[in-house]
Amino acid sequence: MVPITTSDRPALAGSVSPSAEPLLRIRNVAKTFGKNVVLRDVSLDIAEGEFLTILGESGSGKTTLLRIVAGFETATAGEVWMGGERLDPFPPYRRRVNTVFQHYALFPHLTVEQNVGYGLRVAELPAEEVAPRVEQALGMVKMTAYAHSKPSTISGGQQQRVALARALINRPRLLLLDEPLSALDANLRRQMQVELKSLQREVGISFVFVTHDQEEAMVMSDRIALLRSGELEQVATPREIYSHPATAYTAQFIGHTNLLRAEVKKGVARFGSISWPVQVPDGRVLFSLRPEKIRLAGASGATTGDAVPFRGTVRHQAFQGATELLQIESPDGVVLSVRIASRREWRGELEFEFSPSDAVPVRDSRERV
Amino acid sequence: MFSRAYKAVVTLPPLLWVTVFLLIPYLLMFCYSFWSVSAEQTIVHAWRLDNYRELLRVGVYWQTLLRSMWIAGRVTLFSLLLGYPLAYYLSFHAGKWKDLLYQLVIIPLWVSYLVRAYAWKTILGSDGVLNTLLQYVHLTKHPLEFLLYSPFAVVLTLTHIYTPFTFLPIYASLEHIPGNLVEASQDLGASPLQTFWRVIVPLSVPGVLAGATFAFVLSLGDFLAPLLLGGPSGIMISNIVVSLFGAAYNWPLGAAIAFVMMVLVVGLLFLSERLEKKWSFS
Amino acid sequence: MELLMRAAGSPVKGTRWLGLYAVAVFAFLYLPIAVLIIYSFNGEGVGGFPPHNLTVGWYRTLFADGAIWDSVINSVLVALAAVTIALAFGVPAALALDRAQFPGKALFRRLVLLPLILPGIITGLSLLMLFREADVKLSLLTIVLGHGTALISVATTEVFAGLQKLDRAQEEASLDLGANYWQTFWRITIPNLRLSIIGAALLIFTLSLDEIAVSFFLIGRDNTLPLEIWGRLRRGITPEINAISTIIFVFSLIAILLWYHLRFRSDGQTEIAAELVEAAVQGD
Repeated sequence: MVPITTSDRPALAGSVSPSAEPLLRIRNVAKTFGKNVVLRDVSLDIAEGEFLTILGESGSGKTTLLRIVAGFETATAGEVWMGGERLDPFPPYRRRVNTVFQHYALFPHLTVEQNVGYGLRVAELPAEEVAPRVEQALGMVKMTAYAHSKPSTISGGQQQRVALARALINRPRLLLLDEPLSALDANLRRQMQVELKSLQREVGISFVFVTHDQEEAMVMSDRIALLRSGELEQVATPREIYSHPATAYTAQFIGHTNLLRAEVKKGVARFGSISWPVQVPDGRVLFSLRPEKIRLAGASGATTGDAVPFRGTVRHQAFQGATELLQIESPDGVVLSVRIASRREWRGELEFEFSPSDAVPVRDSRERV
Repeated sequence: MFSRAYKAVVTLPPLLWVTVFLLIPYLLMFCYSFWSVSAEQTIVHAWRLDNYRELLRVGVYWQTLLRSMWIAGRVTLFSLLLGYPLAYYLSFHAGKWKDLLYQLVIIPLWVSYLVRAYAWKTILGSDGVLNTLLQYVHLTKHPLEFLLYSPFAVVLTLTHIYTPFTFLPIYASLEHIPGNLVEASQDLGASPLQTFWRVIVPLSVPGVLAGATFAFVLSLGDFLAPLLLGGPSGIMISNIVVSLFGAAYNWPLGAAIAFVMMVLVVGLLFLSERLEKKWSFS
Repeated sequence: MELLMRAAGSPVKGTRWLGLYAVAVFAFLYLPIAVLIIYSFNGEGVGGFPPHNLTVGWYRTLFADGAIWDSVINSVLVALAAVTIALAFGVPAALALDRAQFPGKALFRRLVLLPLILPGIITGLSLLMLFREADVKLSLLTIVLGHGTALISVATTEVFAGLQKLDRAQEEASLDLGANYWQTFWRITIPNLRLSIIGAALLIFTLSLDEIAVSFFLIGRDNTLPLEIWGRLRRGITPEINAISTIIFVFSLIAILLWYHLRFRSDGQTEIAAELVEAAVQGD
């Protein structure tokens, strides 16, 4: 197995682990449907006990990647390894991998209890063994009271728990979750995010979670793998990916940002009337500046330390509960989004500042290696 | 949401028609079953249970009914044995040919019943295609007599007619099974065969019930195939009714048998409906 | 999906057996029709293997046969009348079932659908008794009444299915914009049901042409085509019947493909015929 070099793609440095034997290795996987290329050369390692999210828009290929690991699709190229042996030749029913489906896929003709015990019964375990394990699994997801109900009589959130129990009871080495929370309403979703995360820690097995919701990914994951048009854009921890996005796409997909296309000359970046010191080579460079990193200048109007000043008028104000998102326009037409703590309505001309290190250089378009 | 005048206009005409041409005729048949026929071939409107007593007393009636049910049962069984695998194959394995093959199954349905029964008659006769073919390739020396004018011919022909009818609802219920259920089953460790028995079959039961009921009920009441292909040993209960309304001229007795058939059919429908509800899960 | 492709037995082997079985079933379904067509060209007449002396002579005889064509005309007239009756009463019946509440609705629904599943002999005989008591002479008219009654169920089922797919919001929007119930009905509801109605008409027409069980008891002096053929069959087999059967087959083929493409092209629904069977059995 040829190890891939990540030196020219530092964004993907986190995708493969150099030392400890990972649980799952995805190597150069590609998938084409007819003329449609859905995945191109994806390589990713998943460690034991980690919660990894594959994040991407619809059409990015994230579900396809998941299905290849589950065994419902075969990769057109590349390999998948689990625990040192190749996973590809095995059909889904012979992989130690279980899936929680997007619409739960509970068997309508079986009760909750029968659904949960399905995998054990199929493996022909004796009834005396199945019953207590089912009970325990139901208890783990707090669905004991519904053991004899049919799926059509319980709510979406409850169905999802049953689907979880049904998958986990088989003690898989890896649990795949295909956008399991997308059908739930906002509050329930937030609640389930927390529950899922603590469940994963409790059970200790690796979860691979697929979603298009970047906030969800950041809340739950140990690591995020951002997939774009069939290729990995960046693989890193949530904090890392947020504060040091590798590309403009990443910066914009995860959270809000201002993109400054600046001209760099002799260590100084210039964007309209704003300029700040940088440590990148000369040329046109794109910088990502998060709105919350721009703060109001000190009351006296003087700038602090090496902070970069920016002055402009409030064009628009959006109240967002804990914060306000302001659109500020400078006299020479530069518009920046600024996030500040909510207090009052803002009007007229204001002075802001930000630290040069908060302007992170990002790659504009993905360069093919 | 719609005005009362609108509702009245929409509801009354069909209600009236159905009352005049369905409800009243069925009730009339019920009434006829209590009347009798006089020596002068007129209908006597006297209310007696004589016809029903006759049905119970004379062996040929309920024997024929039983034989008809036996024939209908075989037709149903064979139609299912042909229709289910076909539906399964189309639904799960036909891929892009699925729609074309579906059309191919429907086409024989709309070819005239009479035409198809007639076709079998020409095939099964002693000078028919099958016998002459067998003799031509020297598999037999003499024509096989049992092929035509026998219950065998009736069962064969009716199976041919009703296989598409069992196929249709089974195919529909198989198509309704969400694809992710099959995937979920395999994900949980069930082999394709286990998935078939544990997931696909239970979810296809309503379709099977609908198709089986349809085939059974319509075979039971069939009189054309026996007339064309059944011979003396292939007579079914409807043939007796037909002759009672024809040459044997005893409308009331015929009505009694017809009414018994109707009760039987409606009873089967109720049963089938109850079972289908129990087995319907989505 | 490849997964489902592997869903039977050991991946490829089981599927292949199943495929062969499917081919065998298709052969069984088409064998008689193929024989029929081939032997309509057989000079020696029906039966006898192998067929030789190919000729269109039987077709010539057929075209010269006046009685057959009279019965064809009768059948077409009856079918057209049956379509009219079935739609005239079936469309309102579907609307009533879909939208109105009235006493006896459940009974009404079952009655309307009963002729679909009740053997034709029962419907035919009960109508015969009605005409007898009402002193109505048997004729093409009684056949029309019989077909119309029996086939209302087909119209109702098709239109009802079409109504289920109808977006209520369209009608509500029409009312919201100022149209009253009648205008909404003619401008919005009916056009949306156009496909269902045409499909039903095609289906009813074809079924009526082929109808024999109910017609058997209601026939007067004039024959419909199936009854004309039936009469001849009682007297003996002639290949002329093969010829007319082949023509019927071709016609049915065209009709059903038309019907299918109407339905299929509209919304990809391929189960309408199945709905008829299910409606008949389940009564809803």
